[in-house]
Amino acid sequence: MLLISCPNCGSRDETEFHYGGQAHVAYPENPNELNDREWAEFLFYRDNTKGAFAERWLHSTGCRQWFNMLRDTVTYEIQAIYPMGAPRPDKAAPAPESGTASTAPDSTTTGTAAPSIAATSLATSTAPASTTAPEGATK
Amino acid sequence: MAETAAPKTSPETNLSLRTSPAAVLRAAFETGSVPGTVELSEITFLTMVGLRVARDTDAGQRIASVTGGLPATCGAVSGSGDTSVLWLGPEEFLVVAPLEAHESLGGDLIQALREALADGEGQVVDLSANRTTFELTGPRSRAVLEKGCSLDLHPREFKAGTALSTEIGNIPVVLWKTGEESFRIFPRASFAEFLGRWLLDAMREYASPEVP
Repeated sequence: MLLISCPNCGSRDETEFHYGGQAHVAYPENPNELNDREWAEFLFYRDNTKGAFAERWLHSTGCRQWFNMLRDTVTYEIQAIYPMGAPRPDKAAPAPESGTASTAPDSTTTGTAAPSIAATSLATSTAPASTTAPEGATK
Repeated sequence: MAETAAPKTSPETNLSLRTSPAAVLRAAFETGSVPGTVELSEITFLTMVGLRVARDTDAGQRIASVTGGLPATCGAVSGSGDTSVLWLGPEEFLVVAPLEAHESLGGDLIQALREALADGEGQVVDLSANRTTFELTGPRSRAVLEKGCSLDLHPREFKAGTALSTEIGNIPVVLWKTGEESFRIFPRASFAEFLGRWLLDAMREYASPEVP
């Protein structure tokens, strides 16, 4: 059981939340120009990361707001929680798959670096975030 | 055409025609309550209004002046007199007022809220029939709730006068701690009978003497 810290409500049980899949999957700018292969990749193809993974969550039983979470898929450690629309707080861009031996030290270094970056991104990006994705969910 | 218009009814008739969601359990609640230990009852037909408005907008401030404030944080309850406003989300609130505030019984609360919102961005929706209200009181009420609620209900964490959305017995509810030993539980109408029976079952052990 995960104890997830909702940005609005504080720590709650995982059962109060719904998982929303991978975060930061942008809608294609010109969907009509995509071929079937590209459209299928947008719809169905997701990363299967071992290590830090950015994902969307909905606090469905509580405040009913979406937020993003950076979670380690191996240890289940929650490294950062940040608003919808904010950039991913760890600088390590989702690196293409490589050997497990090389990703393990990566995930530990981002784990220690994440909190300070997460705090700044939360502070600076609350204003634009509130006018984008979560706004649509509340109206 | 004249027959299609709804006949004028008096508030008393309106009320006598209504059946509350847990009406079938009224006798069971009486027999299942353990006086002085834990007691359960249904409070019928409270007026509830769903609000969706940002607190810092003009519309939000107009609505706040009708309700007596809008709560700012999770768990907070504001309000004046017997009208309370529960925090459900950053821009979502639930107004709970007595039965008489409903327009079918001559009240003007909902109309006043609608007028306060005017053409501002937001919603005022009559949700009186959405949820019913259970009142659980007595020194053992916390123990009953702890059987099916994952929140920390200890008084050091969950203070009187706060309300949280959560699950009790896997039923999504709003749980409002109105006093040190009294809780109001707002389940949706279709879950009311199940949750009523679930609570009765959870209360049953306190009717017997404690086994040392």
